[in-house]
Amino acid sequence: MLTALLLIWPVAAALLLHFVRGSAARALAFGASLVELALAVYMSVVFVPSAQPQFELNLPWLASAGINFHIGVDGLSLLLVLLTTFLVPLILLASFRHDYENPSAFYALVLFMQTGLLGVFVALDAFVFYFFWEVALIPIYFLAGVWGGERRVQVTLKFFIYTVVGSLFMLAGFVYLYYMTGANGAARSSDLEAFYNLRLSAADQAWVFWLVFAAFAVKMPIFPLHTWQPDTYTEAPTPATMLLSGIMLKMGIYGTMRWVLPVVPLGVSQWGWLVMILSVIGIIYGALIAIRQRDMKRLIAFSSLSHVGLMAAGVFSLTAVGLQGTTIQMLAHGVNVVGMFFIADIIQRRTGTRMIPELGGLTRSTPLLSVSFLVILLGTVALPLTNGFVGEFLLLMGVYQYNAWLGAVAGLTIIFGAVYLLRMFQRVMLGPDSSFSDVIKDLTASELAVLIPIIVLVFWIGLFPGTFLHLSEPAVNKLLVLINR
Amino acid sequence: MAEQAPLAVFAGSPLLYILIPLLPFLGFLINGLLNRRLSGTVAGLIGSATVLGSFLISLTLFLRFLGNPVPYTVHLFEWINVGSLRIPFSYQIDQLSLIMLLLVTGVGFLIHVYSIGYMHHDANVGKFFSFLNLFVFSMLVLVLGSNYVILFIGWEGVGLCSYLLIGFWNKNHNYNNAAKKAFIINRIGDLGFLLGIFLIYFTFDTVQYGEVFQKASQLQVGAGVVTAITLLLFVGAMGKSAQLPLYTWLPDAMAGPTPVSALIHAATMVTAGIYMVLRSNVLYTLAPDTLNVVAWIGALTALFAATIGLAQNDIKKVLAYSTVSQLGYMFLALGVMGYSSSLFHVLTHAFFKALMFLGAGSVIHAMSNEQDIRRMGGLRKALPITFLTFLIGCIAISGIPPFSGFFSKDEILAHAYEHNKVLWGIGLLTAFLTAFYMFRLLFLTFFGEFRGTEEQKHHLHESPASMTLPLIILAVLAAIGGFMNAPLVLGRGYLADFLAPLFTYSRQINPEAFGGEIDHATEYMLIGLSVAAGVLGIVLAYVLYVAKRTRPVEEEAQRGAFEKLVYHKYYVDELYDALFVKPSMFLSRTLHDFVEKRVVDGAVTGVGRGVMGSSQLLRNLQTGKVETYLLLMVLGIVVVLALNFIRL
Repeated sequence: MLTALLLIWPVAAALLLHFVRGSAARALAFGASLVELALAVYMSVVFVPSAQPQFELNLPWLASAGINFHIGVDGLSLLLVLLTTFLVPLILLASFRHDYENPSAFYALVLFMQTGLLGVFVALDAFVFYFFWEVALIPIYFLAGVWGGERRVQVTLKFFIYTVVGSLFMLAGFVYLYYMTGANGAARSSDLEAFYNLRLSAADQAWVFWLVFAAFAVKMPIFPLHTWQPDTYTEAPTPATMLLSGIMLKMGIYGTMRWVLPVVPLGVSQWGWLVMILSVIGIIYGALIAIRQRDMKRLIAFSSLSHVGLMAAGVFSLTAVGLQGTTIQMLAHGVNVVGMFFIADIIQRRTGTRMIPELGGLTRSTPLLSVSFLVILLGTVALPLTNGFVGEFLLLMGVYQYNAWLGAVAGLTIIFGAVYLLRMFQRVMLGPDSSFSDVIKDLTASELAVLIPIIVLVFWIGLFPGTFLHLSEPAVNKLLVLINR
Repeated sequence: MAEQAPLAVFAGSPLLYILIPLLPFLGFLINGLLNRRLSGTVAGLIGSATVLGSFLISLTLFLRFLGNPVPYTVHLFEWINVGSLRIPFSYQIDQLSLIMLLLVTGVGFLIHVYSIGYMHHDANVGKFFSFLNLFVFSMLVLVLGSNYVILFIGWEGVGLCSYLLIGFWNKNHNYNNAAKKAFIINRIGDLGFLLGIFLIYFTFDTVQYGEVFQKASQLQVGAGVVTAITLLLFVGAMGKSAQLPLYTWLPDAMAGPTPVSALIHAATMVTAGIYMVLRSNVLYTLAPDTLNVVAWIGALTALFAATIGLAQNDIKKVLAYSTVSQLGYMFLALGVMGYSSSLFHVLTHAFFKALMFLGAGSVIHAMSNEQDIRRMGGLRKALPITFLTFLIGCIAISGIPPFSGFFSKDEILAHAYEHNKVLWGIGLLTAFLTAFYMFRLLFLTFFGEFRGTEEQKHHLHESPASMTLPLIILAVLAAIGGFMNAPLVLGRGYLADFLAPLFTYSRQINPEAFGGEIDHATEYMLIGLSVAAGVLGIVLAYVLYVAKRTRPVEEEAQRGAFEKLVYHKYYVDELYDALFVKPSMFLSRTLHDFVEKRVVDGAVTGVGRGVMGSSQLLRNLQTGKVETYLLLMVLGIVVVLALNFIRL
C-alpha cells in the first residue's frame, strides 16, 4: 500500500495545483514533495534488506490476460525511490528564483513526472513498467518544449523521436516476451518473475536483448545514441535538465539491470562485449569533448555522458563490484549532477552568462559558492571520501575484472575528469578579478538550502557507503544468481 | 618460505588513535568555517596547536611501542563491503607508520609555527592554515592506513591539498596552471596505483597489508604478477614523488607559498612514494626486475635533476630540482634494497630540505618577494641566523661529516656500490653536482655584494622569532640527525635496528639480494670518495662564485649548447606539450566539431529524415504538433494492449 501511496500522492498534489495560482503553486508543490520524501524515508526505515520485493501490491488490471498492476520495492528500487524523492524537492527549491510562466502547470508536470519515475522503479510487471516509462516521458517533453531556451522546439523534437523510437522497440520486445510466457500452454503473464522464468533460446535472446535494450541505451545514453543529450540538457530549463540527468537517465540503467540482464542473460553474454566497448568509448569520448566546451551546461552534459558510460560498463561487467558500484554511482551521480547544474544556474543568473571564457575571478566575493562548487566538483572527479570515489572505484574494479585492458582505458576517466573539471573551475572561479568580481553576490539562504543537503550526501555516501550498499546487496546478489544460472 | 603471522588487533579504546588525524581535521574545520572572523595569529595558533597535539600523541604511542615493539592494527569502522571485497577503515601501527607520524607531525608543527610569521601579511591566513591542516590530516591518514585503499585516500587527499595550496594565490593564472598541472600529473600516477590495487585484490583477494604480504610470501621470487603489481604501484610513486618522467609538476609547484614548498613539496608529501614502496617491501623484494627499474629511474632522476639545478636562478627552483634529485637517491636506495637507508634519507632530507626552504622563505620575505638570486648577494650580514642555518643545510646536503646528510647518503652509496658500480658512479657524480649547485646558491645569495634595488636594501631585515626558531631547531636536527643511524665504524645504527623487523620477510624471501656487511677498508674508501666529491663541489663553487665573482648571465644572454639545454630544463615541458597536451586539445576539438556534429549526429539525423519523408504521421510532427503524436502514441499502446486482450 505504501508503494501505491508513493505513486498516488504526487499526482493528487499535481491535480490540486490546478486550483492554485502564482507563488502558492511552488510552495504547494515543494510541500507535497517533502511529504513524499518523508514517505520514502519511512519506507526505507521499515524496509528489511532482502532480495524479496516488499510493500507489494498486485491488483488485477487485465487479469484474464495475465497483466496485473504489480508493484513492489526491493533494495535496488528503494535506493532509486530515495534518490528520486530526495532530488525532487531540491529541484523544486532550486527553481524558486525563476519566474516560470504558468507556474501551476510547470510544477504539476514536475510532480506528474515524479510519479512516472517512481512507477518505473517499483513496477514488477512489464506493461506497468512500460506504462510508467511513457508517463515519465510526457511531462519532460512539455517541460523542455514549452519552458526551454531558444532552440527548444527543434531540440525537444529530436529528443522525442529518439526516445519514442527506443520505447517502441522495447514495447515490441515486451510483447514478444509476453507471448512466449504462454509458449508451453501455460497462462500468459507479463509479470517480472514470469519473464525471469522464460529461458528463451540463445538466438531469441540475442535479438530480444537488442529490442529491449534499445530504449534503455537511448535513455542513458550509450554512445553513439547520445546526440539528443547535450542539446536537450543545454536547451531545457534547468529543473528539467536536473530531472533528466539526475533521475531520468537512471531509468535506463535501472531498466537494464532489472529487465535485460536477468531476462535475456544469454543475449547479454552474446552482445554484452559490444555494449561494454561502446560504453568505454563513451567514457573517453564524452570526457575528451568536455575539455573544450565553452558553455558550462554543455560541459556538464558531456561529463555526464562520460560518467554514464562508466555506469553502463559496470552493469555489463556482470560482477558484484560492478553492479554495486553502478548502484552507488547512480545515487552519487544523481546528487552531483544536480548540484553541478544548479551551480551553473546560479552563476548564469548572477552574471547573465554561463559561457566559460566570459567568466573568471568570481571566488573573491563568493566563499560559500566557491566551497560548494569545489565540493561537488571533487565528488564528480571521484576524490576519496566523497561519493564519486566509492562508485568509480567499484565500477573500475568491475570493468577491470571483466578485462584488465578495458579497465585501464576506462580508468583514463580519472585523468580526463580532472582535466575538464579543474579547467572549468579555474576559468570560472579563479584568475584575476573580472567585472563580476566585485558585484557578484554569494549564496542566498534558499540556495544554501539546496546545496547543503547535496554536500552532506557527497560526504555521507563517501564515508559511509554501507548505509546504501547494504540495502541493495541482496537484490544485486539475486540478479547475479539469475544472470549466472 | 616463511609465513608472516597476522597482526594483532588493538582491543582498547581507539580514541587516541582517532585523534591523531582528527585534531588537524578539526583545525581545518575551525579555520575554514571562521576564515575571515579570526585574526591571522589566532588562526595560526589554532593550526599549530592541533598539529602539536597530534605530535604529542604520536610521541606517546612511539614511546609505548619502544617498550613493547609488536605491530598491531586499530579497527575504526567498516568502509566498503561488496561481496568478498572488504575495505575496513583501520590503522596499522608499526615501526614505519610511527616514524612517519613523528616526521609529519614534528616537521609539520615547526612549519606551521613558521607560517604564522611568514603569512602574517596575507589576507587569507585562515584559509591558508585550514588547507595546511587538511594536508596534515590527509598525510596522517596516508601513513596510518592498514590497507592500500586507505593509503589511496590519503594519497589523493594530499594531492588535493597540494592543488589548493599551490594555487593559494589564485588571482595569478600561472599559479593556477601550476596547481592544475600538479593535480593532473599526479592523477596519471594515481591511475597506475589504482590498477595496482585492483591487481592486488584480484591476486590476493584482499587489500589489507598484513594479509597481502602473508599471501605474497608464499610466491616465488620473480613471479610475473608481483612484477606487474609493483610496477603499477611504482607508476603512482613516480607521480607523487616526482620521478622521471612524471616529475615536471614539482618545479612548477613552487608557485605555492614557501612553507607549503617546505612541508608538502620537500619534507612529507613527495616522500609518500617512498613510503609506499617501503610498505610494500615484501612485494618489491619478490620482484627483482621492478627493483632494477626503481633503482635506475631513481639514479637517472637524481642525476638529471641535479644537472638542471646547476643553471637555475630562482632560489626556490634550485631547491625544487634538488628535491627531485634527492628523491631520486631515495628510490635508488630502494632499488638496491637499502630499504632502511632510504627511510633514513627521507628523515635527514626532511630536516635539511625543510630547513633550506624555510631559509629561502626568510630570504624572500626579507627581499620583498624577490626570488632571483641574480638580484641577491651579501645577505649574510643582514640575515645572520638565516645564513648560518642555511649554511648548515647546505653542508648537510653536500654530505660533509658529521652532518646528517653525510650518513644517509653514504649508506645509500654503499648499498649501490655493492649492487652495481655504475649506479654507484651516478650517485657519486650527483653528490658532486649537488654540493656544487647548493653552494653556488649559498654563495650567490649570502656572499659578495648586494645586487638588488636600493629599496630592497633598505628593507632588508632578519625574520621574526616565529620564523627563526623553527630554522634553528631544524638546523640542529640537520646537523646531528645523522647519529640516529651512524655506520658501524662510527657509531651505531639505531634506526636500522628499530626498522629491521619491517624487512624480516624480505630478508627471508631473498637473502642474497640483501647483501652482507662491507669490509671496513671498502667502507672507508667509499666514505672518502663521497666526502671528496662533496668537498670538490664546494671548492669549485667557491672558486667560481666567491674568488672569481662569476655571476649568472641574464635571461636573454647567449648560452653554450649544453648550458642552454640545461637552463631550459631539457625542453621537457615543451616536449610534453607537443606530445600530449596539444594532441588532446586537437582531439577534443575534432571530436566535437567533426565526429560529433557531422558523423554521429549526421547519421542519426539522416536516418530520421529518411523515415520522416516516408510517413504522413511523422510529417505532421515536423509541423511541431507534438500533441498529435502523443495522442497517436497513447492510442497505439491501447490498441496493442487491446489486441493482446482480444486474441486471448
